[in-house]
Amino acid sequence: MSTHQHAEGQLPHEPEKATLEGRNKILGFWLFLGAETALFGTLFSAFLALRHNIGDGPSPQHLFELPMVFAATMILLTSSLMSVFAVQAMHRHKVKEMVGWLIATIVLGLAFLGLEIYEFNTYVSEGHKMTTSAFSSSFYTLVGFHGAHVAFGVLWIGLLILQIFKKGLTVVTAPKIYVSAIYWHFIDVVWVFIFTVVYLMGKVG
Amino acid sequence: MKGDAALAAHAHTVKRYRGLMDWLTTVDHKKIGILYLIAGGLFFLIGGLEAILIRIQLIKPMNNFVSADTFNELITMHGTTMIFLAAMPLLFALMNAVIPLQIGARDVAFPFLNALGFWTFFFGGLLLNISWFTGHVPDAGWTSYVPLASPTYSEGAGVDYYVLGLQIAGIGTLLGGINFMATIINMRAPGMSFMRMPMFTWTIFITSALIVFAFPVLTVGLVALMFDRLFFANFFETAAGGSGVLWEHIFWVFGHPEVYILILPAFGIISEVVSTFSRKRLFGYSSMVFATVLIAFLGFMVWAHHMFTTGLGPVANALFSIATMLIAVPTGIKIFNWLFTLWGGSIRFTAASLFGIGFIPTFVMGGVTGVMLASAPADYQYHDTYFVVAHFHYVIVGGLMFGIFAGMFYWWPKMFGRLLNETLGKITFFTFFIGFHLTFFVQHFLGLLGMPRRVWTYLDGQGLNGMNLISTIGAILMGIATIVMLINIAVTSLKRPNAANDPWEDGRTLEWSIPSPPPEYNFKQIPLVRGYDAWWKEKMEGKKAMTPAEPPGPIHMPSPSILPFVMSVGLFISGFGFIYDKLFLAIGGLAVTLICMLLRSVFDDHGFHIEEHEQEKGVTA
Repeated sequence: MSTHQHAEGQLPHEPEKATLEGRNKILGFWLFLGAETALFGTLFSAFLALRHNIGDGPSPQHLFELPMVFAATMILLTSSLMSVFAVQAMHRHKVKEMVGWLIATIVLGLAFLGLEIYEFNTYVSEGHKMTTSAFSSSFYTLVGFHGAHVAFGVLWIGLLILQIFKKGLTVVTAPKIYVSAIYWHFIDVVWVFIFTVVYLMGKVG
Repeated sequence: MKGDAALAAHAHTVKRYRGLMDWLTTVDHKKIGILYLIAGGLFFLIGGLEAILIRIQLIKPMNNFVSADTFNELITMHGTTMIFLAAMPLLFALMNAVIPLQIGARDVAFPFLNALGFWTFFFGGLLLNISWFTGHVPDAGWTSYVPLASPTYSEGAGVDYYVLGLQIAGIGTLLGGINFMATIINMRAPGMSFMRMPMFTWTIFITSALIVFAFPVLTVGLVALMFDRLFFANFFETAAGGSGVLWEHIFWVFGHPEVYILILPAFGIISEVVSTFSRKRLFGYSSMVFATVLIAFLGFMVWAHHMFTTGLGPVANALFSIATMLIAVPTGIKIFNWLFTLWGGSIRFTAASLFGIGFIPTFVMGGVTGVMLASAPADYQYHDTYFVVAHFHYVIVGGLMFGIFAGMFYWWPKMFGRLLNETLGKITFFTFFIGFHLTFFVQHFLGLLGMPRRVWTYLDGQGLNGMNLISTIGAILMGIATIVMLINIAVTSLKRPNAANDPWEDGRTLEWSIPSPPPEYNFKQIPLVRGYDAWWKEKMEGKKAMTPAEPPGPIHMPSPSILPFVMSVGLFISGFGFIYDKLFLAIGGLAVTLICMLLRSVFDDHGFHIEEHEQEKGVTA
């Protein structure tokens, strides 16, 4: 009954799915991501409806610098790959290796955030503020919501690493690692859409 | 370390609270159901009082009972309160009380989130209603259309209360939706396949799916409006390139599924009540399931029928018109299934079944006006008149509230161990039924005569006086019916618990196989389900109890926690901070919530066990 009795060596192959609590957590998290999809879908719709209304502000062609955004995209994609390796290490019960990959995940996440803050800073200095136009409001809300998700994810995975140090890999901590990885992939997928819809489409008109 | 944890789980070190602290910390779905019932009931009374005030103002032409401003506040708060803070919580009360029992589970998938959902709803509702005392009351209608709700035309904090109150309450609803979906998918007893689930469980499953996909849309709409109002963003500011029509789309992409979020559970309740009190299997069970899914699916593609007069053009209007009319097909399937369930049944007329049977013709009338409104050219005539008011009160009060009343009478003994008084119940039904039709039937004709909705008064000599008077008398009758219901609840709660396991004697589903009210762990042994109407099937074979699917043993329970309450208080404080531009309060409140999340993550909940000798004697699966 108790979910805490398994010693490290006796962990099942997929410790995240070993208990009903774990399976509930994973299913519930997928449902939560369904809700997140509706949330970002609405933000995208609002952005698409308003993106041509730039008012007196700078145009997206003028603002966006694709090389930097492309670098940010690559960083986030790589970070997602790191979390795949972390989950694979977890399935092999290699705790140290898993923690290493998780640290790589959040380091790349932080690099992405740094680039985004730098990017927003540049935009504001070029007169592209929250209050400039409907385009700017919907841009900052959509990309900012994504950025807030990345920041939350970094804090969350950071906390999980500390928990792994304290509690080890158990059937309680494994589902947490697993859902944080799903979350991270989801944010990554949202970014792929942002890169396409906001930046590439903004650049070509 | 891990050995200690295992020991802690078996030892009874977990603090168990009594009295008020028990209610603040509970994670038991049955207690949370009662909390939802109390809070939802309270908001129902507030919303009802607002309705009575509206009707008193309209009792005669050129009345001065309330000012025009107050009238705007009353209609806004009446609509918002009734939809978000009364109807939905009352449904959540019934689904919390019943769903785990119907599927043979010991609790929901996420007991902690369940408590969090309740408290965020409660504090969101509290924030919204505190506006009455601060003098800044939302007054832009329950749909809060821009530009009326924009900072230019709604100065002051009124609409901010709407935005933040609903945002916080909405978190609770979303958590509930996720929780019940996960519960129904993962926690069903052995043998309960999807097509053996009771109809109420099916409708809650589909409603939860609608919540999961519809509420985030409202979240974004409210965020955008909040940014416009508090941080001078331009989502809806036409001068800066924003779009008012965007708000209409966002609101109704959420708002129309919301209508089905409300009515589908009522369909489920009616299915259970009609079947039980006809002593017959529900007619056309699989077509009922199919119709429910179809209604939910179509419910997402008809939002623009609220916007026929916005000017989307004839092609869009035609498509949304046809899609809307299509919904009449699965709804009709349901109506006929209920009629065929009643047909040839040995019907018992209890208060619950009276509400169930009264529901059917009333809801059909609301459906017929719905099809009338779905015709876009005709809608240009009905739009913004009392015809629309009559229509949606027929489906929401005549549909949903009748369903909630039926469900309350039906499941009250399971929730509280006492049967409500049947005589008072029948008085409630007849007073409410007559009062309801008096109030809203005439409003169809007021609308056709051209009386606009949301206007605080009307002129004499337009042929509107008599029907408005009748409408107000009806509203007072509904108020009397509600008072009789409250007396009934008070009288019943003074009695000693007397309800048997299966107080209606014709119970069909698993909740009637266990004591009323059930023990903390619901089922001593998880039951084995051998068919649709699992409990009825066993009874028909002469069995006195369900066949257990597991040996008796210690039962693992989650620990109570105060964190959900504190997290919601944090959001409540943060909401105030945003409304009054006090950044330290806004951030401080959010910090409280985040710290609680951190504590929840760091400290594992080992729960505790109820050993076999502590389980109630004679309680079997």
